Amino acid sequence: MNAVTLDALMRDRRVWRGRPAELPPSPAPSGWPRLDVALPAHGWPEAALSEILLSTEGIGELRLVLPLLARLTQEGQRIVLVAPPHRAHAPAWQAVGVALERVTVVVTPSAQVAWAMEQCLRSGACAAVLGWLERADDRTLRRLQIAAGAGSAIAFLFRPRGALANASPAALRVEVTPGQLQIRKCRGRVPSAAIPFAPPLT
Amino acid sequence: MLWACVLLPSLALDGVLRGQPPLMQPFALVHGSAQRRTLMAVNAAARARGLRPGQRLAEAQALCGELLTQPFDSRQRERDLELIAAWAYRYSADVLLDPPHALALEVGRSLRLFGPWPRLAAELRAGLAALGFHHRLAAAPNPCAARVLARARDGATAADDRQLRQLLRDVPVARAGLPREAAALPGMGIRFMGQLLDLPRAALERRFGPLLSRRIDALLGARPTGLRRYEPPEHFEARFELATEIHGVQALLFPLRRMLADLATFAAARGCGVQRFTLRFTHAQPPATELAVGLLSPEHRAAALFEVARLRLENFSLDQPVLEFAVRADALRPYTPPGTDLWDARSANPLQWEELVNRLRARLGEGAVHGLAADPDPRPERASLPDTADADTAVAAPASPAPRPTWLLPQPVPLSRPPARILAGPERLETGWWDGGDVRRDYYVVELPDGQRAWVYAPPGRRDGFMLHGWFA
Repeated sequence: MNAVTLDALMRDRRVWRGRPAELPPSPAPSGWPRLDVALPAHGWPEAALSEILLSTEGIGELRLVLPLLARLTQEGQRIVLVAPPHRAHAPAWQAVGVALERVTVVVTPSAQVAWAMEQCLRSGACAAVLGWLERADDRTLRRLQIAAGAGSAIAFLFRPRGALANASPAALRVEVTPGQLQIRKCRGRVPSAAIPFAPPLT
Repeated sequence: MLWACVLLPSLALDGVLRGQPPLMQPFALVHGSAQRRTLMAVNAAARARGLRPGQRLAEAQALCGELLTQPFDSRQRERDLELIAAWAYRYSADVLLDPPHALALEVGRSLRLFGPWPRLAAELRAGLAALGFHHRLAAAPNPCAARVLARARDGATAADDRQLRQLLRDVPVARAGLPREAAALPGMGIRFMGQLLDLPRAALERRFGPLLSRRIDALLGARPTGLRRYEPPEHFEARFELATEIHGVQALLFPLRRMLADLATFAAARGCGVQRFTLRFTHAQPPATELAVGLLSPEHRAAALFEVARLRLENFSLDQPVLEFAVRADALRPYTPPGTDLWDARSANPLQWEELVNRLRARLGEGAVHGLAADPDPRPERASLPDTADADTAVAAPASPAPRPTWLLPQPVPLSRPPARILAGPERLETGWWDGGDVRRDYYVVELPDGQRAWVYAPPGRRDGFMLHGWFA
């Protein structure tokens, strides 16, 4: 093993060193400064799966990722929504800067959500893939995590908060409750205290 | 110029046998009318039993009871020759077809890339063996002489005209492909080409006519040969006729592997990749079954093509026995090696995206994948178009200063709990009178007791009977 591999190990936060090492800033900042500070790379984990766990819907869970989606689509990259629970309301998405022509929606029964997400992630043609999945076993999550790495895409999986009871191979797990965020798992850093989160209405 | 001649002495037989697992039984191709069938080509096992091409079929069957036969198909032989030409095209841009069973390729200009002639010859031989064809190979300064040398001695090489004359001298006149008039030559004591070349040309022309003289000129490279140049076709098509009806998919795998190897050969020679091909199974009763196979990116490795086709076939059941099957590939895509951008790990290759959409549609249905577009219609339920990503629909909606939810419910539903507080509103929407979809609503942003933020509306002027229309997710 040479020094380059060791550096890569440190950078990917696979080795825990007791005190947080300075990491190169993530090219995918979340757009929420207080969340960025709590994340080790100051942004969403790249080429990895992030889980967003909700107490209920309508608490700003989409607004959490919209700044990233806006930036990616403005750069001309594609994002895909797999099995969203409702219709995306185009004017609101446009208002936060999402380039709609770069957004694709895949409508599919829940049995095919994991398959469709994996295809999108693996293809290397999508910058971010958002999926809504009620229940997913460890194997499915691991596949998604590997697919995100293979296609170097950012995967977001929206699930009910109850899934926190089970372990997950995701690089990041964020619990969203009304008014606050809680990082439940984060590769490379001890999860921090709750982060206030109140996205503006417009 | 150095021309290599590939002579395929048993092209028709090889073309039939290479699509099947190795055959130990005597086998013959037959041709001729129904009353007078004769053997056209026989395999080694049949030869060992004393069968010879040209024999009557009845006689052959008397000699050998278990003889398998198949009618000779001249179109199949032409297709096989074209296939070898397509393969040879990767070594040279000048490939001449010399039907029925030879072709010539100009290799002089290819030597810089493929090494000296012995190395290229070895590569050609290995390639032909892999394709499953017996062959003879020779090289000479002109295609006509190369053909004669290949016939006379496998592996003969004449690097220049002087060596060519030297080699031609030892070729029997009967094997030099001379016109019919020359049949009299051996009777006159002229048995080898050397003797013929030494004769005065004018006298020869007076005695035998111009054809022989022309042929000698062609052999020495003084006249062009009238051979057709191979032009690679735009699509690939191969058929395979099965000896017996096949019921299961498993039995098709061997010929399929061979055909996809041919397809890969064809694509690689053109510098292309195959992204989509069709397998067509013909049954005793029409219609034929068609199976389209698509790949994520253009591919020209035989093993990868076979793997994809095999996976596709495994999930596929044939309800009728198969008599014949064919592979067809229309759209050959330029093969782009993956990872074109050095800095960007995620390449923005549009082909990948199209293929991804095709894959999703193939499994989830045509309507499963759509784009998102905004419509300037002020009615919320009409402001988002689930559009199929045809460019022009992305109209910029007028930016609304009032808050809009990120999720919209397809159908408004009654709000089950009274809101804890009103965050914004009312916002009166009174519109749609022009097309009968009349809308008069007061919209509010409300917070529900458990912290959810919802977009609700009530009849104008009232603050009860809220309908839930969206979520500020």
